[in-house]
Amino acid sequence: MDAITTVLVAMLGGALRVSTPFLFVSLGECLTERAGRINLGNEGVMVFGAMIAYATSYETGSPWLGVLVAAGCGMLIGGLHGLVCGMRGVNDVAMGIAIMLAGTGLAFFFGKPYVQPSAPLLPNIPLGGWADSPQLQNALAVSPLFFLGLAGAFAMAWMFRATRMGLRIRIVGESEDAARALGLPVERMRFLATAAGSGLAGIGGAFLSLCYPASWNEGLSSGQGLMAVALVVFARWNPVHCITAALLFGAAGALGPSLQTIGITWGYYLFYAAPYAVTLAILVATVQPGRTLKGMPGELSIGR
Amino acid sequence: MTTRHDLSRRSLLQGVALTAPALALGVTGPARAATTTIGFIYVGPKDDYGYNQAHAEAAAVLKKMKDIRLVEEEKVAETADVERTMESMIRLDGASLIFPTSFGYFDPYMLRMAAKYPKVQFRHCGGLWTKDKHPMNTGSYFGYIGMGQYLNGVVAAHATKTKKLGFVAAKPIPQVLVNINSFAMGARSVDPSITVQVIFTGEWSMPVKEAEATNSLAGQGVDVVTCHVDGPKVVIETAERRGMFTCGYHADQSRLAPKGYLTGAEWNWIKVYSDFAEGMKAGKAPGNFVRGGLSDGFVKMSAYGPAVPAAAKARAEAVKAEIMKGGFAAFTGPLKDNKGTTVLPAGKALPETAVELESTNWLVEGVIGAIA
Amino acid sequence: MSGADAPGAAAREGPGGALPAAAAAGIGILPGAAAAPADRWYPWRRAAEAGLAPIAALLAAFAAFAVFLLLLDKSPAEFLDLVWRGAFGSWFSLQNTLQRAAPLLLTALCVAIPARLGLVIIGGEAAVALGGLAAVAAALPVLGGPALLVWLVMAAAGAAAGALWIGLAGWLRARRGVNETIASLVLAYVGLAPFNHLVEGLLRDPASLNKPSTFGIGDALMLPALPGTDLHPGLLAGLAACVLSWVLISRTATGFAARVTGGNLRAAQLQGLPVQKLMIGACLLGGGFAGLAGMIEVAAVHGRANASLIAGYGWSGILIAFLSRHNPLAIIPMAVLLGGIGAAGGLLQRRMDMPDATVMVLQGFIFVAILASDTLLGRHPWFQPRRAES
Repeated sequence: MDAITTVLVAMLGGALRVSTPFLFVSLGECLTERAGRINLGNEGVMVFGAMIAYATSYETGSPWLGVLVAAGCGMLIGGLHGLVCGMRGVNDVAMGIAIMLAGTGLAFFFGKPYVQPSAPLLPNIPLGGWADSPQLQNALAVSPLFFLGLAGAFAMAWMFRATRMGLRIRIVGESEDAARALGLPVERMRFLATAAGSGLAGIGGAFLSLCYPASWNEGLSSGQGLMAVALVVFARWNPVHCITAALLFGAAGALGPSLQTIGITWGYYLFYAAPYAVTLAILVATVQPGRTLKGMPGELSIGR
Repeated sequence: MTTRHDLSRRSLLQGVALTAPALALGVTGPARAATTTIGFIYVGPKDDYGYNQAHAEAAAVLKKMKDIRLVEEEKVAETADVERTMESMIRLDGASLIFPTSFGYFDPYMLRMAAKYPKVQFRHCGGLWTKDKHPMNTGSYFGYIGMGQYLNGVVAAHATKTKKLGFVAAKPIPQVLVNINSFAMGARSVDPSITVQVIFTGEWSMPVKEAEATNSLAGQGVDVVTCHVDGPKVVIETAERRGMFTCGYHADQSRLAPKGYLTGAEWNWIKVYSDFAEGMKAGKAPGNFVRGGLSDGFVKMSAYGPAVPAAAKARAEAVKAEIMKGGFAAFTGPLKDNKGTTVLPAGKALPETAVELESTNWLVEGVIGAIA
Repeated sequence: MSGADAPGAAAREGPGGALPAAAAAGIGILPGAAAAPADRWYPWRRAAEAGLAPIAALLAAFAAFAVFLLLLDKSPAEFLDLVWRGAFGSWFSLQNTLQRAAPLLLTALCVAIPARLGLVIIGGEAAVALGGLAAVAAALPVLGGPALLVWLVMAAAGAAAGALWIGLAGWLRARRGVNETIASLVLAYVGLAPFNHLVEGLLRDPASLNKPSTFGIGDALMLPALPGTDLHPGLLAGLAACVLSWVLISRTATGFAARVTGGNLRAAQLQGLPVQKLMIGACLLGGGFAGLAGMIEVAAVHGRANASLIAGYGWSGILIAFLSRHNPLAIIPMAVLLGGIGAAGGLLQRRMDMPDATVMVLQGFIFVAILASDTLLGRHPWFQPRRAES
């Protein structure tokens, strides 16, 4: 293969491998934000989800149970965030950072015994059987969670567009006054949206420890949960666009290492920052001064 | 080569006796002098399957020794934090010997504390201590692990089919470059057509990037991989899943890759620390400049994995015997770097003890990659 | 901030809560303030309320953590004893705490000042690193000069770099409408890339073999410790910055305009306040403080710029700012609290054989409790303003 193909295949593989946690956590964040709340705590939820999924898989031998437990614990932590932010006068950005700290701390605290053992992992689905090149075959060995994430994105988009519940969430997120006038239980809906969103983030964490890089240790999550907030803006609060955003982020993340393999070694720090720079560039290029972002829920605290 | 315990061996216990009354003021109950309190400071988690674990395992052996009290702190940043940790160990725990195990703890943090507490002994892992430049209550110890990577390379050369080896490295610093070069020299001593592709992740611990780097190497057709990052777990596991062979680093990772693990270069700090502890019982402070390699027991090799062919074992054992004899030089002139510049003229050789290696800033011929 | 329009919110300080009503209630000699009501004691009761709520929350957090310890079969009494001894119990421990608090005072201001205009900036981490780098880069050409000059040059360069970086987020918000929270978060990641690139490339001292660093400023130019202590002058700089920021926000016309903007953007625009300039200015100032923190780290601790500058001070600053409800004076006790927990953390590891993450768990408990306690504010009628009795 020539150099450019190598990089492209590596980026494709990277996109498929690295994007899934971004996809889940940004879907979760999207759901929460559409109900009018922001949750930076999803970073801590991911770390805790990664730990608990790995621990569960090790203790029970069932990685799928690990995913479920991670989702459940994510909902619990997210529920705490939802509950506290539902109280009058509590700032959701700050509380998110506190939750991030608490979740990460608890994960590290209880995760110590699980750094050493090897837990059963989720198997990949080999989609590249048709391809001749082993590189392509490998790039196309995709985790079932990726497809679950894709299905989740389309399901969420359909929910927002076509269901009663989706409409109600949108109203709650768009205008609290309107929601109250319609008799919607604003706080309860936000609480549920936050808990459910963090449940998705927990699955994203489970992917990190059970699929890729498939190992539990303390450096596992490197800010994916925080970046979800940027990804959601990037996706304009549209779940389907979360897929594109997550894939782009994954591909950009694979750029640094694969460029080195074809001999471009200068300035790898700068290449590693590519996903962030691209996000910023797109944000700047697409936002119109003097107007709020298209698609942004009106009640979102960061939008004011 | 020999273990060098340079210079004056100060009486450590005497030092403690002098220190204790001075510290008693304003100190909340340090341990009394009968036991020696030793402080260990780690930059990362103690159980990282790598650098910190290698130290912590040795510390755990020390802990069992009589009359020794061990205090440990993990994940201490290379900032003013480590000064406070050292000081807290001295003042609140009564530590009389401190091992700050991370390279970045030495200057200025440890030196500052050594000047402030001249009666406390500080021994730093990393080999920076220089006579006449640094105080006598400080010192450094380090192992020549490059030869371990050389042996890794010898074994890897027998296992590879594609003649492409891979190296996942954190940062292009001399310690890492020596390992990369040694790995390449070992492999190319078997088959000069072999190349070593190196990828720098830029961070000492960043699992997603390490996994991506390993996958990139696999995509390039690399079939044997080793690394120099703080925790090799992710690299070894990822490579195993991709069906690659692996050579370990820092600690024994054979359990992570039952199929592909060939061998590995491991620290054997137990040897160093128990030497220190034995010396202390005899009333002697640890040496100021302590180094050793395979022959001194500072470094060891993992047991060969099932995939290692007999020829490879024979060759590696022969080379190892040569190294154990002493004076073995992996780098012999004429030698070029990977840009074609001569780095070592004909007739010159660099054994593992050579000071020149400590400022290595080149990648040897056969390594694909560049220092940023 | 979804509850900013709830009853009682008007009397609260905070992003979106610093309303003219609070100013009018007599907290200061403010231009444009209406005649103060006769309730002389209200400011005191309000301060008492602001102080009591977090103290109650702190106690609750410790109680919850004690239960956590009991479940793990550890002694809460020993824990408290160690926290006290490690953080405050002796002059050494107190200095340890204050040293850890010093950089946090400045990084918290980086969040608190823009927050008074309703901007949530979370990118202080890169501002600290870039500030430190710029300070070294600026010092290198003038190393021969008098120490005071070098320090001033370093401080100016460090503050300028930090100001530029956070100011960029402010500019993007004010002029381009890009959300500042996301912009500053992304800029934090983006900013560390050139930092690492330069430290390990162009500005690297070739002699810094295994820990890539820039050239150093040399021992002679290190900021000296405060006489009789181990504390570096960064603590004084941080305290001074907090006090000055408080004066700026509470006692000047600019500060008043900023708080009006933070309270109600639309109203501020209608009144013709220079909203954009205020936003950019607040970000420049906050970023400048974070950059100064980087310069002090270099000049008082490291002597050079390297990866040690990326130590999480920026992230901790966010929490401290929110804990102190963006009141620069309240930042001081909160930074000391966080510094104290950090100082005690080592002792907990060593004496109770608990992992390093224990401190993170405790911090998490404390932060969740204190932030949740914000909801208590403005609930009890005793703390509320009363009508003057005729």
